[in-house]
Amino acid sequence: MTIVVVMEQVPDVVEELAIAPSGTDLDRDAVSYVVNEYDDHALEEALLLAEATGDEVVAVGIDTTGELDQALYTALAKGARRAIKLTGDFEGTWLSTRAAARLLVPVIQELEPRLVLTGVQAPDDLDGQLAPTLAALLGWPHASVVIGSQLVDGAVQVRKELWGGMTMTLELELPAVLGVQAARQAPRYVPISRVRQVMREASIETRDVETPGDLAPAIMRLRFPEEAGQAEILTGSASEIADRIIELLRARGLL
Amino acid sequence: MDPKLQKVAEVWERDTAIVEGVDISGPWNRMFGQRVIWDYTPDLIEEIAQLPGGESFAWCYQCGKCVPVCPVDVVGDYGPRKLYRRAQTGINLLDSPDLWLCTTCANCLRVCPKLVDMVQIMPAAREHAMLTGRAIPAELQEALENTAKYGNPLGQPARKREAWVKDAGVPVPILHQIQRPVEWLWWVECYPSYHPRGIDASIALARIFNALGLDFAILGREEKCAGDSQRLAGERGLFEMLAEENIRTLSKYEFQHIVVTDPHALNAFRKHYPKLGGQYDVWHYTTLLARELPKLQPLLTKSLPYRVTFHDPCYLGRHNGEYDAPRQLIQALPGVEFVEMLRCRENSYCCGGGGGGMWLDSFAAGHQRRRLSEERVLEAVSTGADTLVVCCPYEVSRFEDAAKSTGVEGRLRVRDIAELLAEAMGLIGEGAA
Repeated sequence: MTIVVVMEQVPDVVEELAIAPSGTDLDRDAVSYVVNEYDDHALEEALLLAEATGDEVVAVGIDTTGELDQALYTALAKGARRAIKLTGDFEGTWLSTRAAARLLVPVIQELEPRLVLTGVQAPDDLDGQLAPTLAALLGWPHASVVIGSQLVDGAVQVRKELWGGMTMTLELELPAVLGVQAARQAPRYVPISRVRQVMREASIETRDVETPGDLAPAIMRLRFPEEAGQAEILTGSASEIADRIIELLRARGLL
Repeated sequence: MDPKLQKVAEVWERDTAIVEGVDISGPWNRMFGQRVIWDYTPDLIEEIAQLPGGESFAWCYQCGKCVPVCPVDVVGDYGPRKLYRRAQTGINLLDSPDLWLCTTCANCLRVCPKLVDMVQIMPAAREHAMLTGRAIPAELQEALENTAKYGNPLGQPARKREAWVKDAGVPVPILHQIQRPVEWLWWVECYPSYHPRGIDASIALARIFNALGLDFAILGREEKCAGDSQRLAGERGLFEMLAEENIRTLSKYEFQHIVVTDPHALNAFRKHYPKLGGQYDVWHYTTLLARELPKLQPLLTKSLPYRVTFHDPCYLGRHNGEYDAPRQLIQALPGVEFVEMLRCRENSYCCGGGGGGMWLDSFAAGHQRRRLSEERVLEAVSTGADTLVVCCPYEVSRFEDAAKSTGVEGRLRVRDIAELLAEAMGLIGEGAA
């Protein structure tokens, strides 16, 4: 049986981001991309599930960056059996979550998985809606903020995070869609020699898809957050710093 | 009784024995009988020995010379002989913390009569562990992922690799900007580009190069980690990827020699890049500066009232045979009194940073009485030295941290040779321009 993992790439915030002259997009020449961290956890959780059951993991992604191959080869090197890339005329656009879900649904239906996993959210939109939207379009049950899962007799038991440190365990009928917050264990390391071997020996299946004409949000203006608040680094000897802290606390009426 | 046991018992108990007419009576005569060994299987040793690079693991004949010279055994329970013995008794090196404790310092190889070579064995075994899906220590994983993503283990942006240049106070030409041939391509490496204390040494070295009128330039943001320690940590594929990219970048520019800050880069360029098509004339900066001593000496005008000792980097000394150049430079420093540590030159102790140890610090500390770097700073202090001189970029931060954690911080300063030279030249410190 099949478990699908939906993966996407997002701008790497380790490198400084720059806004394009248009003012409505990042300077894509200066951006490098990494796999969405939550999707990496979704892949790890899927691999752990598959190792326990013998399921086949299929990694699926929409190539909005032109660089998705690297992420998919890494997924194959980690243990996914197949990788499918959806291509189209996406470059220079940000797909809305809803548009992405619409592109993904036909592929998922074709694969007939018993489980779809994806990251609970991604830093490019932070709306956390991909898993619920996929579930709604597929008509399947869904759980998000998942931090662990187990396949049992035609169902999946998931642990999901609530608020205030609480977690809940629930059981969903299959097929189902999970938005993964964190895998049971940290995403595994795959040596580069394995990735390079996979790049030589395996191939990524490519599907051309129609570019969705609507549903992409119109960005009016992109800007960095304005600085708010400030930090002061206290210097001097320990007692000078202590005096200054006391002074600051007094000034705010906290002492 | 098990027939195997029976046979052994017979041999053991035969206290009168004549072999080929010679009376060898006594309990020790069992060495002449055929022994049946059933406790141990060679399987775990074979699993390592069948790996390319792992062959010599099986050559160990348990003489034990490696153990007292192993820097890890000094602070723990280690050594190639012990690893072999553990494999015999069923402990799989691939699943054991032992796999990650070797720093590939090569002191065992120096004394091994059988040439059991942990410098080859460890990377092979580690790669095999990774390829067979075994988990690796998280801190190492992070460093390897960072190197793959950003070209440096610190996880710093590639574009910031040349940012230190603006603080150098002297011209540091960058090849992609100047577009002209140079005599020396200075391979700065990661820690000297990003780590604050590494940058201090880079600035000192840049000023020395300028004072000497050296025709040099750096690659800046185009440079990626040379990758040697990642290779030794088991990431051969990552090393090859970095080396291929670096060789491609180097092929764009004209230069006569490479001068490196980092002995690990020296090792990579000398021994491993040629196999991938990168042939260069590579010098460690101490070798270059020692050659330039006639020009350098008159510039060393400021007396430094320090009692110094010197730590030989494993990858400069044992691995690449350079012991004298750093000492010549130290002895050229006016006012400096030089004392050797007991473990020096060929028998130098290891700082713990090599072979991936730089990114296994907490992991290794959990399996040792104290860190190797801590052992070393205490040895430095025991000589009465107030300054520990180093010339490998891993060491300044390692030894400064170790001085703090062992409480000798106020008694021992850690300085790169370049920093002391620049200080004696009046290029850094008080009164510097």
